[in-house]
Amino acid sequence: MAYKHFILVCGGTACESCKSGALHDNLVTAVRQNGLEGSVQVVKTGCFGFCEQGSVVKVLPEEAFYVRVKPEDAAEIVAEHLVKGRPVDRLLYKVGAGKLSSIDDIPFYQKQFRIVLRNCGLIDPENIEEYIAREGYAALEKVLFTMKPDDVIEELRKSGLRGRGGAGFPTWRKWVFSKDVKADQKYIICNADEGDPGAYMDRSTLEGDPHSILEAMTIAGYTTGATQGYIYIRAEYPLAIKRLEIAIGQARAAGLLGENILGSGFSFDLELRLGAGAFVCGEETALIASIEGKRGMPIPRPPFPAVRGLWGKPTIINNVETFANIPVILLKGGDWFGSIGTATSKGTKVFALTGKINNSGLIEVPMGTTLREIIFDIGGGIKDGKKFKAAQTGGPSGGVIPEQFLDTPIDYESLGALGSIMGSGGLIVMDQDDCMVDVNKFYLEFTVDESCGKCAPCRVGGRTMYNLLVGISEGRGSVADIDQLRTVAHAMNKASLCGLGQTAPNPVMSALKYFGDEYRVHIKDHKCPAGKCKALVTYSILAEKCIGCTLCARRCPVNCISGARRQTHVIDLSRCIKCGECYDACKFEAVQRG
Amino acid sequence: MQAVQEATALPKQSIELPEDLAQFIEAWKTKPGNLIMVLHKVQGHYGYVPRDVAFEVAARLDVPLAKIYGVITFYHFFKLRKPGKHQIAVCMGTACYLKGGEDIIKEFETIVGVGLNQTTTDGLFSLEAVRCIGCCGLAPVLTVDGEVFGRVTKDQLAGIVAKYRGK
Repeated sequence: MAYKHFILVCGGTACESCKSGALHDNLVTAVRQNGLEGSVQVVKTGCFGFCEQGSVVKVLPEEAFYVRVKPEDAAEIVAEHLVKGRPVDRLLYKVGAGKLSSIDDIPFYQKQFRIVLRNCGLIDPENIEEYIAREGYAALEKVLFTMKPDDVIEELRKSGLRGRGGAGFPTWRKWVFSKDVKADQKYIICNADEGDPGAYMDRSTLEGDPHSILEAMTIAGYTTGATQGYIYIRAEYPLAIKRLEIAIGQARAAGLLGENILGSGFSFDLELRLGAGAFVCGEETALIASIEGKRGMPIPRPPFPAVRGLWGKPTIINNVETFANIPVILLKGGDWFGSIGTATSKGTKVFALTGKINNSGLIEVPMGTTLREIIFDIGGGIKDGKKFKAAQTGGPSGGVIPEQFLDTPIDYESLGALGSIMGSGGLIVMDQDDCMVDVNKFYLEFTVDESCGKCAPCRVGGRTMYNLLVGISEGRGSVADIDQLRTVAHAMNKASLCGLGQTAPNPVMSALKYFGDEYRVHIKDHKCPAGKCKALVTYSILAEKCIGCTLCARRCPVNCISGARRQTHVIDLSRCIKCGECYDACKFEAVQRG
Repeated sequence: MQAVQEATALPKQSIELPEDLAQFIEAWKTKPGNLIMVLHKVQGHYGYVPRDVAFEVAARLDVPLAKIYGVITFYHFFKLRKPGKHQIAVCMGTACYLKGGEDIIKEFETIVGVGLNQTTTDGLFSLEAVRCIGCCGLAPVLTVDGEVFGRVTKDQLAGIVAKYRGK
């Protein structure tokens, strides 16, 4: 039976929360009511990446790209597009002056290059046959029957693949360490404990293409001699957990997981282990402690987990995105992968593009793409026509990149040279309304809260830095505070036990480097130019601009603005809570923030 | 004083566990590193980890209660207190923070009348701030009992609370 049309409905988390589940069901119903079930297939896929525009629906073969589709639009799409052959104009994604676009014309997708996300938005993640139809498990078959473990390592070495969790350690080296150790048992762990607030690359990969992770972990098992794997995944990702469980069940039933895989004599099995909301468990040794059922506290390295890890046995820990690259590398060859990217960083990188940007979403670009291309070409620029201020990569462990470096090609080394890190892929865009002191305070509050408390540099240092930032944001800072921030940051960086403490000062250090003036204005002038630090902000109304429209008085949540119609209004500062509603409401720029 | 007595008093006898929970513990009993998985199952059933159930888990898995307490208090996900019938979780990931997540929390505190990590006296609502829930494109985001509300504004919150008050 051949289908004439395919309706792909995004089943990623953002679209699910825009009720794409109900939309999918309504489409199925509408297709049946029109008697089309023999010629139209409705597929719920993984994330399309264009989360800003959810729910997203694509109709093949026309490549019609519908956005912001609601469940009640289902009947119209089926009746108009599929029955009458007329695409529903009002739901099609439009660029510029209303020109209709097929997916290839959409700027959001044009500069992207998909390896990790190759299947997301294309296949039904709950159906192993769709994965197999897209060359799924072909790499595993090739490895098991035509390659020796050393051949696999050689391909990975040629590919130049580096760990996508953030630090960028060459993957082949990690595998060699584990392979060369003699042990009665070895383990493979997939780190799916995506903890960076504002990043969801791994979630979308797991939800959209779970089998690719299973396949890669099995290959890692074959290469290093491990027979048991664990996927350590956040309990906060119920959809990803469900799809992984389905995928594991299907792979076992198909003989692709378990005893004697594909009759090769090699056995490998997988289990899920749930995290419980601890950022530090992204650190290898803390993650291992958590799988062992303990408090997730790191231990000093070496020995590295590749030599002595889970239950004292050699253990490979790779991140979701790293694993997702591996089947493609082994099918297409390490040389092919090595031809993409920059001199030191090969392949692509997935970013969760969020913050004050027009096209929030999940993107994958070749290494070496510039931030300007990502933010302005793919991301469509800053929301509401405001001015770009900085982009933060690496989340709470990274730093800010200001406007003058927007044309830097992104790779592990260039971001490090700018004082940030590649990180796992969070990319947060900030505009003129965001205050660096405030954002730094937010990140420090996060790392202080997430510090496991084992080592003093992180436990005490983080708290000290946070307290200094609170003082500065409330007008109690002194110039000496900046020196103290630097001193503590240096100590934390050198002496903390694990990556969390070592990198926690990064946001502050990079902000001091590029936005030092903003810190000094907070300290010396007791002012917050962006208006975020409420203790430093006062609102007033300019008499010559106020026309007495009463809008600000009506918006004020505490009724502290007085004045009759057509008369100048006045803010009672003793009662003002500095929420900024009047500032945003005024159409005549009469409300001043200072 | 009362709290001290409460903390030292041991339960007199073991309690009945629901069938599926008892089976789960039995199945995982011999697996290494089972504690966190068992606690997830407990919390999935009760909404938190009740004190007497923690005692029972300690007995059945043969691990010290102190270790269980240590694990529960280390991980943000586990709760020691019963949450409200409806759980409001406001995302405080970076994207939501930049787009006003903090203001959303303040507004909720005014509407339901309790602060973060507290439950209303009628037991209907509890309020918490959560880390990124992974729909940054919809920021600011909140969930009530797992249902996601994206691009929320302060004006919508009273309506959201009213919707659940009647449920």
